[in-house]
Amino acid sequence: MACFLVPTAEAVVVTIVSKVLDHKDASKTQEVDASKISEKIPFARKLKWLNGMLWGGSALLAFEHVWHGEVTPWFPFLTAMGSEADAMEMFHEMATAGVMMAVLVTAVWGIMCVAADIIMKKAAKKELAGGKAS
Amino acid sequence: MTLLITVFAAIAATLAWYFKNNGKYCLGTLCLMYWGASIMWFVDAIFEYAEAGAEFFEPAGKDMLNDAFLGISVVALGLIIWLVVLIVKDPDGRLKSLLKSQKAV
Repeated sequence: MACFLVPTAEAVVVTIVSKVLDHKDASKTQEVDASKISEKIPFARKLKWLNGMLWGGSALLAFEHVWHGEVTPWFPFLTAMGSEADAMEMFHEMATAGVMMAVLVTAVWGIMCVAADIIMKKAAKKELAGGKAS
Repeated sequence: MTLLITVFAAIAATLAWYFKNNGKYCLGTLCLMYWGASIMWFVDAIFEYAEAGAEFFEPAGKDMLNDAFLGISVVALGLIIWLVVLIVKDPDGRLKSLLKSQKAV
């Protein structure tokens, strides 16, 4: 009914956090250990992956809702808002399916981040071992 | 059916990203978009299964056709969004040079 609104709301929050982090990184000039840079992917970059999944998924899901006539271009934009019973059902769906969608996308992103860090760490170790051997 | 088509699109986009990615053509954006949608539809499918039970796996022909049509439309919409992102970023500067040449004429 309107489950895509929950991941959309999370996407808005993540976008704001990402922009703030970008702004902070641009304004802050500090000495960073070079070995740390090569081993870890910056958090701001990882947030962009989450942003891509949330915005992309929400956009395609919103299209599905338009397809099924659940979203309309006129007020109140959601057909479920027409009656109180439908609205309650919609809120229930948002609280269950919508929240689960946001949680699962975030969990997958978390796994992606951990996997990326492990891959980067292994690559750095290999590089270091290769450098020592030669 | 929509979930299945989106998952196949996500796999195809990921393979293209893995073998052809040089960070230039925003293939990562396409992958993230399709995977994000696939996860969301997967959750939708879980809830539908919980509601309908085994019937979930025996959809009516008409519903399946409609879902397949929706899935293909979703893939097309994803490609359109990716194309817009690509043109706006213009990694090869083709649009820029084209506009410059138009200005010169």
